[in-house]
Amino acid sequence: MRGYWLPLTLLAVAAAMSFLLSVTVGSASVAPADVWAVLTGQGTELQRTLILELRVPRTLAALATGGLLAVAGALMQVLLRNPLADPYVLGLSGGAAVGALLAMLAGLGGLVVSGSAFAGAMIATVLVFGLAHGTGSWTPSRLLLTGVVVAAGWGAIITLMLAISPAQRLPGMLYWLMGDLSYAGTPWLAITVLVVACLLVLPLGRSLNVLARGPMQAAALGVAVRPLEWGIYVVASLLTAVAVTTAGSIGFVGLVVPHMLRLVLGNDQRLILPACALAGGILLVLADTLARTIIAPEQLPVGVITALLGVPTFLLLLYRSR
Amino acid sequence: MTRLQTTELIIDVPGRDDGRPLSLNIEPGQVWGVLGPNGAGKTTLMHTLAGLRAPRSGEVLLDGQPLLALKRRQIARHLGLVFQERQDGFPATVLETALIGRHPFLSSWQMESADDLALARRALTRLDVAHLADRLVSTLSGGERQRVAIATVLTQSPAIWLADEPTNHLDLHHQIAVMELLTEEAVNGRAVFMCLHDLNLAARWCNHVLLLYPDGEACWGPAQQMLVPEALESLYGQRLATTELDGAPVFVPVR
Repeated sequence: MRGYWLPLTLLAVAAAMSFLLSVTVGSASVAPADVWAVLTGQGTELQRTLILELRVPRTLAALATGGLLAVAGALMQVLLRNPLADPYVLGLSGGAAVGALLAMLAGLGGLVVSGSAFAGAMIATVLVFGLAHGTGSWTPSRLLLTGVVVAAGWGAIITLMLAISPAQRLPGMLYWLMGDLSYAGTPWLAITVLVVACLLVLPLGRSLNVLARGPMQAAALGVAVRPLEWGIYVVASLLTAVAVTTAGSIGFVGLVVPHMLRLVLGNDQRLILPACALAGGILLVLADTLARTIIAPEQLPVGVITALLGVPTFLLLLYRSR
Repeated sequence: MTRLQTTELIIDVPGRDDGRPLSLNIEPGQVWGVLGPNGAGKTTLMHTLAGLRAPRSGEVLLDGQPLLALKRRQIARHLGLVFQERQDGFPATVLETALIGRHPFLSSWQMESADDLALARRALTRLDVAHLADRLVSTLSGGERQRVAIATVLTQSPAIWLADEPTNHLDLHHQIAVMELLTEEAVNGRAVFMCLHDLNLAARWCNHVLLLYPDGEACWGPAQQMLVPEALESLYGQRLATTELDGAPVFVPVR
């Protein structure tokens, strides 16, 4: 277990601290002592409403969504053996958003929207990977170009749908596109999916380490490559779809978080995947706290903050990958 | 004692006629050298024998069982392959790379034990790369990487070694060291099957030889019978001068 617990414990402590920060800070600050009072069943009516009904669900949603996106990104990077893969860059979030908007346009809600977003993410996955899969390997430039072009296609469809949809549906639809946690409802679906997905992929950690060395090498070392690759496809798409249904399309978390962690912790997926689940959550909670406070009482969509972090990271990676 | 057999095997080289079906018996203790010009299908044969590629017809049998009916994990416990080409993907250290040779022997939740680590370190020492254990593979020279790849298969410790040009990129001394390592494996009851470009290494270290021609024609047998100048000259389309040194033939191309 060479030093797996130390980084994970540190990250868990950091996650708890970011949670506390996010709950105390905002348009109206609450002292940590008062937060503790509310969490243990005391405090004033106003504080209880503010914390238990607004900030805690929103923070939990941020924690789970960030984890979902970071794990999805890390999985795709192993699958494609390419550190630039990310659900947002490859247009998967766009596909999920189109699926969700279609359902909303038809006046459906709840589970149908989630299912439709999942279908959209899957279609986008198959489309991008299928088109980019040339004569045997996913070359970085080809994959990225395909992803960018397909994402542009999703963008056009989204604009079309916005143009023809009735005005009263527009605000709800716009939230998908900006990546905003203020509309996040109950966080439990995201949390459950994140925990289940982590339990599913953790035993595959060593197989993923071998897969990262190429499909032939992995097969020669006893990995059933095809089933593993398809499993990862489905899980990564599912994680993306759930993240998008919770908080809209938030970009670059899946790119920035695994990259940072690999720099510090190396590339053992048994450590990187759980670390991504925690660190992705931390990043999104902090970004959302920033988005809520920077021009308080107005709020920024959190997608703006992650993009401001993500774009330079992406460019740096691209620059160094030659 | 594990053996690898092929029955009427025709490898699938795109756009080539079937040629001669291969019925090979690769037994413990044997060291096979596969010789042939570029594009004769040596790598395709290696991949087919490892079950990574389906043959056009015929079968590969591992201890009498068809390879394609076995689980990859089952195969990997008996059969190791040194690839000619490797992708880097993500950065990994030399020790981590050697350690993945234990993958087929560990269950999902199991971590590598101290024994696994010791095996990997011993393999690195054997290949003379132990001092590089903490370096990233991507920072090594071609020959060092080749030795790390061989150390990974040595950590895997298979009963059957398939090696696609194991002496690629190696300097003279390490070429001999690797040939000695593979011979030692055979003496310890393993079977070794490797592609070579150097006739003289084959003449000195291999006891069985398979000649693969570009048109799919093939012949195989004990090394002394196969390594005759006429056969080799027609194999490579190159005139050879032959002499003898320490009881083994030496082949030198002539202008």
